[in-house]
Amino acid sequence: MRFRVRRRVLYQVGIHATLLLILMAVAFPVYFAVVMGTLSHQDAYAFPPKLVPGGELWRNVSEVWQRVNLGRLMLNSTVVAIAVTVGKIVLSILAAFAFTHFRFRGRILLFPLSMITQMLPLPVRIVPAYGLMASFGWLNTYYALIVPYLASTTGLLLFRQFFLTVPDELPDAARVDGAGPLRYLVSVLLPLSKTNIAALFVIEFVYMWNEYLWPLIVTTVPDMRVAQIGLKMLITTERTAAEWNIIMAGAVLIMLPPLVVLIAMRRQFAHGIAMQSTK
Amino acid sequence: MEAKFPGYRLLPYLLIFPSVAVIVVFLVVPFAQAVQQSFYRTSPFGATTRFVGWDNYVQIFSTPEYLRSLLTTVGFAGLVIAGGLSASLGIAILVTRRIRGLGFYQVAFVWTYALSPAVAGIIWALLFDPAVGLGTYVIQLISGYRINMMVQGTAALLIAATAAAWNMLGYNICFFIAGLQNVPKEFEEAARVDGAGAWRTFWRVTFPMISPTTAFLLFVNMVYAFFQVFGLIDVMTQGGPGGATEILVYKLYRDAFIRLRGNFASAQSVVLFLMVAAAALFQLRVATRKAVYSR
Repeated sequence: MRFRVRRRVLYQVGIHATLLLILMAVAFPVYFAVVMGTLSHQDAYAFPPKLVPGGELWRNVSEVWQRVNLGRLMLNSTVVAIAVTVGKIVLSILAAFAFTHFRFRGRILLFPLSMITQMLPLPVRIVPAYGLMASFGWLNTYYALIVPYLASTTGLLLFRQFFLTVPDELPDAARVDGAGPLRYLVSVLLPLSKTNIAALFVIEFVYMWNEYLWPLIVTTVPDMRVAQIGLKMLITTERTAAEWNIIMAGAVLIMLPPLVVLIAMRRQFAHGIAMQSTK
Repeated sequence: MEAKFPGYRLLPYLLIFPSVAVIVVFLVVPFAQAVQQSFYRTSPFGATTRFVGWDNYVQIFSTPEYLRSLLTTVGFAGLVIAGGLSASLGIAILVTRRIRGLGFYQVAFVWTYALSPAVAGIIWALLFDPAVGLGTYVIQLISGYRINMMVQGTAALLIAATAAAWNMLGYNICFFIAGLQNVPKEFEEAARVDGAGAWRTFWRVTFPMISPTTAFLLFVNMVYAFFQVFGLIDVMTQGGPGGATEILVYKLYRDAFIRLRGNFASAQSVVLFLMVAAAALFQLRVATRKAVYSR
């Protein structure tokens, strides 16, 4: 008996040790990047490279802040990511509500709509989509960065699935009380959907903050660039060899917002994953 | 399904209108235009446009650069998908071995999902910088060989693929953990009682049960390795050295927006669409097959 207990403990310790080792290996590149962001110019060029943080983080950050106007880029990214996220949540709730609470001919659209968005990622329509922005006069505006993203299949399917689980008694009771569908949506269904809204918020905020190709082509003036493009600007602005300490100080700042959102809302994110994987 | 609010005829259409409008205007119409443009050719300064039939497609499949880019993409995506998915499945299996701290590990591994491909690319570009990278140093220490991704094509492709697979770890692990947790424990136990070893139990019982998750992740990772990875390539190698990492989406971008050959690029878009559509339909088939089994 005692032998079995000891074996069980050993097994647990072994698995934990393996996982922690893997975890360290996975996290190491980020650690190295952060250390680089804290080094002085001279230390950044040491070979073998330094593995202990230096004290220049603040100087590197202020340098990067000025060099590519990072404050402005981060502001643009924030505005765009929040606008797209909120817009997607609203639009997908409205659509999911229609698909689950009404009988109408348009219901046959549900399946084609979700397939279409999966099958038409940006690169398969990029040239005409760019032309469309140009003809709207939307190049270098927030419109181009926000409006084309507003439809979300992920959101539509997530809310649809959740709305289907809401017992019929709720809309029936609302009807008996004389509430119309919109009233029911706002005062009954929305409060129930908090977790799903939060889940979609994390997924879409991270997604939008990290978008690269579309912002790269629809913006050209420095003031309308987003944070991700700031990385590219950092690499190409320096004339000689890579100033890795400056670049990494910038990279750390740029990756922080989605990281903070994901970690702060990890429960809701896990819920979102669970909803998606039981589709 | 019963209508929960009978008698409203117009309202549901109004509710789906914004989503449908965005999808039609920004997705369907541009794609239709891409198909149309792929059969035309515009002179360099846009003066004339004429119908050229399948010429752009013939050109695609007769230029060595395109075929090379296709091969690069397949190799790159193969590495990212096979390497990334097997590593994350392995980690997810360890995490779900009925040990404590499952919640901790879930968070501890998911964070790479929050990093953009561009950030992942720049971190790995630093790691393998020819002059100051730690990866460069360690490899030199072990093998005496100084790796340089600025001039060695194979090295650049391998490093870019590793960076991409690393970037997707968090997402993949998260979905595999969720998938593995949905497998009823009784099935595995029954197989054990029947005398199947851990290896056999996994491949005969657990793995088939998570096939919808695997199919879903295959599709997501393929879309990632084909398209999302653009930012990673752009900050890391810009398709170089000598075109060694010029995957299809990067070539498409350069043909469309640097070399300004819009019609040729549109034909490339259509070819890419055929690949995505095939993958999406495959994923759908596996996903719906599960629905039939689970009844």
